[in-house]
Amino acid sequence: METFLGIDYNIWWFLVFGAVISGYAILDGFDLGAGALHLFLKKEQSRRIAINAIGPMFDGNEVWLVIGGGALFAGFPVAYAAIFSAFYIPFMIFLVGIIFRAVSIEFRSKEPMLWWRTAWDIAYCVSSIVIALTLGLMLGNIAMGMPLNADHEFSGNWLYFFNPFAILIAITTLALFMLHGAIYLGMKTENRLYTKLTILAKNFTIFFVISFALSTFYTLLYIPHLSDAIKTNPVLFTLPLIMTLAIANIPRCLKKRNFRVAFLSSSITIAALLILVAVEVFPYLVYSPQFPLNSITVQNAAASHKTMGILLTIALIGTPLVLLYTSFVFWTFKGKVKLDEMSL
Amino acid sequence: MDVEVLARIQFAFTIAFHYIYPPLSIGLGLIMMIMEGLYLKTGDKRYEQMTRFWIRIFALIFGIGVATGIIMEFEFGTNWATYSKYVGDIFGSALAAEGIFAFALESGFLGILLFGWNRVSPAIHFFATIMVFLGSMFSAIWIVVANSWQQTPAGFHIVGEGMKARAEITDFHAMLYNPSSIDRMLHVWIGAFLAGAFLVLSINAWYIIKNKYLSIAKPAFKIALVVATVFSVSQLFVGSKSAEGVARNQPAKLAAMEGHFDSSAKAPMYVIGWVNKQKQETRGLNIPGGLSFLISGDFNTPVKGLNSFKKDEQPSQVNAIFQFYHIMIATGISMIALTLLACWYWKKGTLFNKKWLMYVFVWSVLLPQIANECGWFTAEMGRQPWVVYGLLKTSDALSKTVTANQVVFSLILFAVVYAFLLLLFLFLLNRKIQHGPETAEDEDDEVHTHTKRDNPILSH
Repeated sequence: METFLGIDYNIWWFLVFGAVISGYAILDGFDLGAGALHLFLKKEQSRRIAINAIGPMFDGNEVWLVIGGGALFAGFPVAYAAIFSAFYIPFMIFLVGIIFRAVSIEFRSKEPMLWWRTAWDIAYCVSSIVIALTLGLMLGNIAMGMPLNADHEFSGNWLYFFNPFAILIAITTLALFMLHGAIYLGMKTENRLYTKLTILAKNFTIFFVISFALSTFYTLLYIPHLSDAIKTNPVLFTLPLIMTLAIANIPRCLKKRNFRVAFLSSSITIAALLILVAVEVFPYLVYSPQFPLNSITVQNAAASHKTMGILLTIALIGTPLVLLYTSFVFWTFKGKVKLDEMSL
Repeated sequence: MDVEVLARIQFAFTIAFHYIYPPLSIGLGLIMMIMEGLYLKTGDKRYEQMTRFWIRIFALIFGIGVATGIIMEFEFGTNWATYSKYVGDIFGSALAAEGIFAFALESGFLGILLFGWNRVSPAIHFFATIMVFLGSMFSAIWIVVANSWQQTPAGFHIVGEGMKARAEITDFHAMLYNPSSIDRMLHVWIGAFLAGAFLVLSINAWYIIKNKYLSIAKPAFKIALVVATVFSVSQLFVGSKSAEGVARNQPAKLAAMEGHFDSSAKAPMYVIGWVNKQKQETRGLNIPGGLSFLISGDFNTPVKGLNSFKKDEQPSQVNAIFQFYHIMIATGISMIALTLLACWYWKKGTLFNKKWLMYVFVWSVLLPQIANECGWFTAEMGRQPWVVYGLLKTSDALSKTVTANQVVFSLILFAVVYAFLLLLFLFLLNRKIQHGPETAEDEDDEVHTHTKRDNPILSH
C-alpha cells in the first residue's frame, strides 16, 4: 500500500475530497443562503445590493462543486457511480435548481419592470432553497446509509431518500446556509439593510439551533451507528463542542457588530458539521445497513494507486493556485458593496 | 424505448446544447484578449469600449455554459454508472484536473473581468482577461484528452472481469498523449476560435448594416475577420490531419464517414451523397480515389471498408455519420470562401459598402456552430457501438439501477428547461446587441437615460 507521510493514499484522497466539499459548503453556502433569504428583503434596492454582494463570487464558488464531482469520480469511481445513479431524481432536481439560479441572477437586472424583477427574485430564492434542501437530503442519506447490492449499486426505490432523518438534515442545512448567508450579507452592507440583516441572522441562529437539536435527538434515538465513533473515541467529542462554541459565538458577535468573526464562526460550524459526518461515516463512503458487506468503503471504491498518486500531485500543485486566485478575487471585492455602472 | 436509447438521446441532447457555449467562450476569450491588448498598446478608447461590450456578452455565454456543463459532469454518474466505474481511473482524473487547473482559473478571474473595471488597474484587468482565456483553453485540453482516450485508448491495462472490470492507468504520459489527442485538440481549439470570431463578425455586420456604432463596429469587424480567415484556412489542414488519424486509429469510423463498404476497392471522396446501408452502396458526386489519396497519397490504394468489420462492431447509423461529416466539410469550405472573399474586398477598400456581404455575415454565425456540432456527431456516432473504442460497448456502460421512466422524466425536464434557457439566451443576447457598446457619442442615448432614471443609485 502506497503511503505519503505514513498515511495511505486512499485516506489522503478522502481528506482532500472532504476538504473540497467543506470548501464548497462554506463558499457556495453563503451565496445559497443569501438567495434563500432573498425574499425577506423587501425593497428593490436592498435586493439589488444583495445580488451584487454575491455577483462576482458565485460562479467561482460553484467551481468547488465541479472540483468535488471530479475528485469523487477520479478517486472513488465506484462511489461516484453508485451515489449519482441512486440519487437520480433528487440530483436532477438539484441540477435544474443550479440552472435556474444562475439564470435568475443574470437575468433579473436586464429589465426595469417591477413584475420582471419580482419574478426573478422568486426564482432566485426558490431555486436557492431547493438546492440547499437537496444538498442536505443527499448528505442525510449518505450519513444514514442506503441499501446496496453486491455490485455496490443502490437497490431501493427513490422514495426511500425522503425519510424523516434526511428531511431533518435537509432543513438543518437550509437553516445553516441562511444563517451563513445573512452574516455574509451583513458584512457587505450598510445602514438600514445592515440592521435588518442583523435581526435576520439572529432569527436564523434560533432556527438552526432548533433544527440541529431535533436532528441530534433523532440520530441518537433511531440511528445509533452514527454516534459509534464518538462513543469509542471521546476525543472526537471536541467536534460537537467546537460547533456549539462557534454557534454560541454568533449572537455575541452580532451584538458587537463584528460580522467578520461571526462569518468565521458560521464557517467553522459548517466545517465541523461535515467533519462530524465524515468521522462517523468513515471508513465507509456509502454504508449499506442491511448488508454491511455490500458497503462502499474508502478502500473498495478507490482508483488505482497510480491514479491516486497522480491525483495527489494534481491537488498539491492545484490547491495553492486555486487558493491564491480565490483570495485575490475576494480581496479585490473586499468591503461594502458599492453599486456602479458595471453592477447587475 | 429502452434505457440505452433514452440515455443516449439524453446525452446527445444535453451535450449538443452545452457545446453551443464553450466554443463561443474560448473564441471570444481570444478576441477579447486581442481587443484589450490593442487598448493597452494604443490607448485608443474604442478598443476599451469594444472589450467592455464583449465581456458582457462573454459573461452571458459563460453563465449558460457553466450551468449546462455541471449537468454533463454528473450525467456520467447518473446515466452511465458502469462506464464511470470502468473509466473512473482515467476519465475521472482528466475531469478533476479540468476542474482544478482550468475551470477554477476561468471562473475565478471572470469576476474581476466583469466587475473589476474600477477596482483594479488596466494591466491587472488585462492579466485577468488572459487568465480567463487560458482557463477556457485548458478546459478544452482536459475534456478533449478524456474524449480522445475513449476514441484511442492508451497507457492503461484492464483489471478484473465482467461487472468488476475496469481500466487502470499504467502510463500517464501515454494516456495524455494518446494517438488522437493532439490532432483533435487543435481541431477543437480552431473550431472554437471560429465560433467566437463569427459571432463578432455577425453582430458587427449587423451594426454596419444599421449604420450604428460604426466607429467601433468597423475595427472590431476587422479584428474578427483576421482571426476568422487565419483559422478557417488552418482548419483545412488540421482537419485533414485529424481525418488521417481516424484512418489510422479507427478505420470503421472512417469507412462510415465516406460510406465505404468494400475493402478491396479504392475509395472515393464524396462531395455530396446518400448511403444505403441495406444495399451497401453510396451514391453521389465524388472524386474517384479521393479517400485513398488522402490516406496513402495514391488514388488506387484499397481502403478498409465496413464489410471487414463484424456486424456488431460496425457503426449502425452509417448514413447519418456520412451526412454529418459532409455537412461539416461543406460549412468549413464555406467559411474559407467567405472570409477570403471579405479579405479581398477589404484590400480593395470596398468591404463595408457590400451590403449583401454584410447580410451574409450576419447569418454566418451559424456556420461554425453547425460545423462544430456535426463534427462531434460524426466523432461520437462513428465510435459506436463502442463507448471506449474496442473495449467497452455503449450498451454495457449504462447505470443498472436507473429505469426508463427516470430517464424519460429527466429528459423531458431538460428539454423544457433548455428550451426556456435557449429562448432567454437569445432574448438577452438580442437585448445586449440592441443596447450596443457604450460609446462616447451616445452618452444621452435613450436607453441610457432610461436606466439612470429607474435606478437612482446609478446616477451618482
